[in-house]
This record gives sequence, structure tokens and C-alpha cells, in this order.
Amino acid sequence: MSKVKVARKSTRIDMTAMSDVTVLLLTFFMLTSTFVRKEPVQVTTPGSVSEIKIPETNILSILIGPKGKVFMSMDKQGDMVETLTKVGKDYGLTFTSEELKKFKVLSAFGVPIKNMKAYLAMKAEEQDKVLASLGIPTDSVDNQFKDWVKNARATNPDFRIAIKADQNTPYKVIKNVMASLQDLRENRYNLITSLKNETANKK
Amino acid sequence: MAEIQSNEGDGKKKKGGSKQKKLSVHIDFTPMVDMNMLLITFFMLCTSLSKPQTMEINMPSNDKKITEQDRDKVKASEAITLVLTGGDSIFYYSGLPNYKDFNSLKISSYKSDGIRAFLLKRNTQAVYKINDLKEKKMQLKITQEQFTKQVSEIKNGKGTPVVIIKASDRATYKNLIDALDEMQICNIGKYVIDKITPGETFLIKNFRTKGELSRNAVK
Repeated sequence: MSKVKVARKSTRIDMTAMSDVTVLLLTFFMLTSTFVRKEPVQVTTPGSVSEIKIPETNILSILIGPKGKVFMSMDKQGDMVETLTKVGKDYGLTFTSEELKKFKVLSAFGVPIKNMKAYLAMKAEEQDKVLASLGIPTDSVDNQFKDWVKNARATNPDFRIAIKADQNTPYKVIKNVMASLQDLRENRYNLITSLKNETANKK
Repeated sequence: MAEIQSNEGDGKKKKGGSKQKKLSVHIDFTPMVDMNMLLITFFMLCTSLSKPQTMEINMPSNDKKITEQDRDKVKASEAITLVLTGGDSIFYYSGLPNYKDFNSLKISSYKSDGIRAFLLKRNTQAVYKINDLKEKKMQLKITQEQFTKQVSEIKNGKGTPVVIIKASDRATYKNLIDALDEMQICNIGKYVIDKITPGETFLIKNFRTKGELSRNAVK
């Protein structure tokens, strides 16, 4: 009886090539990534056939939740601080540097200005909890939204306004926002939508 | 676990001569790959690769210079007024509103055989021209710039309808976007979003009650 000799092969795989590939991919993702901003409310944008892409910088985005809460965010932290200072001045409030620092890192804001100080004093987790139920007042009696936009525009004249609203948002809110923008002579703005494939039936 | 295998001691000692140790440097890359994969996964999940789509709109300024008369002038000629209400229905009338006849208001839907068919019919010429242009572009007869220029010319040319979009408070944002979308699909260059007037509310009520309101008004 002769034993069949199995040749012992080493199972070691050279991982160098694999590592090359992963590093390459990693570099690609690191360079192309723009981080998803955390939004205070979940927003599903309606689909449209429009294919214009939104520019990346100088965006003043207005977020409107399905219940009609309005939030805002800007992509530059410096602008945020300046805007808050200006809005604060309009309402006779001054913010400490501590508060400004906290405001700077918020991904989106939407608090009535009188609650701003209390809001900024909260911890980050608490902020997330209460933010969804607040929102910037837009009614005609107390239109703080207008002041925010006005001061943001004064801070950075290159801002493009982008409105991102949920598909179930009642038109009443949208109308208010649009009317406020119209009053400020902000007549050009973008509506953010998601892609939908549909073309005109030829003929 | 990076191991450096050395062949020291292996094999026979050579007689004198080169005493250099032969080091075959094998580094195990597996942990490195593990870590990279982890990082890749992180970046893949955290990035938003597809930028959101947008629609650009120009709203009319709020100047009070545009008087009711001007509006009526536009209306009388080529205007189509869309009134968006909640749900899937959309009302429209062309030209000036006719408060007496409830049938002047038509009801339609957002589906392709609804309002789109009507708008395409009203805008046939422009649609044909633009389709021609698209074909030309496909065959590379004209450049992209020429194409966009000519399209905007056709869209704003004479004879194309002006659409006035009005939404009631019950309409949703989706309805508005859908309506704006139809403008794009039907190649309508001139459209405007306006506030709903009591006249339109009356028309819709009148339509829903099949002309009862106007009959009462006459009495």
C-alpha cells in the first residue's frame, strides 16, 4: 500500500495587489466624497425630469419638512456666524463667542430667534430631539425667515437659494416661503428634486 | 502580524565567501487590506455621490407695476391657466375665465393622457421643431450650444402658449413640481406661478356643483 503523497502547498496569498486596489479605491472615495449633511427632518423630494445639477458651493438651502417646518443651512461656517450675528442684532440679541462657536458647527438650523440662546446651550443630542418640532416662523405676523434670508444675502451676495421640500408639504407653506422670497426680490432660485425618467410621448 | 521571514540558518553554510544574510522580505498585507476595506465601506456609506437634481425657476418680481389689465391682456391671447388642487385632479381653462358657463373649466389629471396631451396639442409647432432639433443633435449636425440657443428661441417664440400655474392651499409641493415638470416635457418656455384668485375658487366650486352657483347668481 503506497500512500498518495499530497504535495504540501503553501496557502499564503500575496495580498500586495489586493492592498494596491483597496488603497486606490480608498483614495478615490476620499477625494470625491461630499458628506451627507444631517437633516433635521426626513425629506423625500418629488421626482422631476429636470437634469440640471446643483452647484456645490454658495448654497443657501431652505429645507421644508412635510409638516411645514422650515429650516435653513449654509455650506460655509463663516457665513453662518456672520448671519447669526446680524439677525441677532435685528432682534436686539448678542451672542457670546461660545454660542457662536456652537452655532457654527450645526448642520442645519431652524429655531425661533428668541429660543436661540436656550437652544445653543443644549447638548447636541438634545438639540436633535427638539429641532424637528421647532422651525423658523414664516407667518406674516412674525416672519423671521425673511430676516434670515435678508441677512444671509447681505453676508454673501453670491448665495444661490435652493428650496428642498418634501413632496407632501402643503402648498400653503411653499406659498409663504415663495412670497417672502419675492418680497426680498429673490426671484431666482432652485427647487431641488430627484430624478424621474419620463419623456414626452413623441407625437 | 507583519512577519519578516528570514532564511537565516536555512540551507547549508557556504564555504567562506559571501557572508551576507539573504533576507526575503515578505510582509503579510492581510490586516492592511482589512483596514482599507473598512475605510472604503465607511466612505461609500457616508458620501452622496449623486448630486440632487434641481429646477431653476424665475419668479416675477413683486412690483405692483404689473396691473390687472396687463394680466388680462396676456390671458386673453394665449394663456392657459392651470389650477392645482389636492389629489390627482387638475383644472384648466384657456383664455379669460368664463364665470357663466361651468363647462369652460375642464378637469384633467397628471397622467400622460391628461394635461400633457392638452398642452402638447396647444404647443404642437414648438414640440415638432424641438424634436427636429433633437434629431439633428443626435446626428451631430449642430453643437450643444446651438441646440440650447435654438431651443430657447423656439420656446419663447410667437404663438407658444403662456401657462399660468395657480395652486390652492390644498395642493402639495409634489403637485406643483409635477405641473412644472409638464412645462418642461411640453417645451413650454413661458410659464408663471401665481396666486389663486377668488374667481378661480368660484369656478371650481361652480364646476363641482355643475353650474349651480352661476345660476343662483343670475337669479
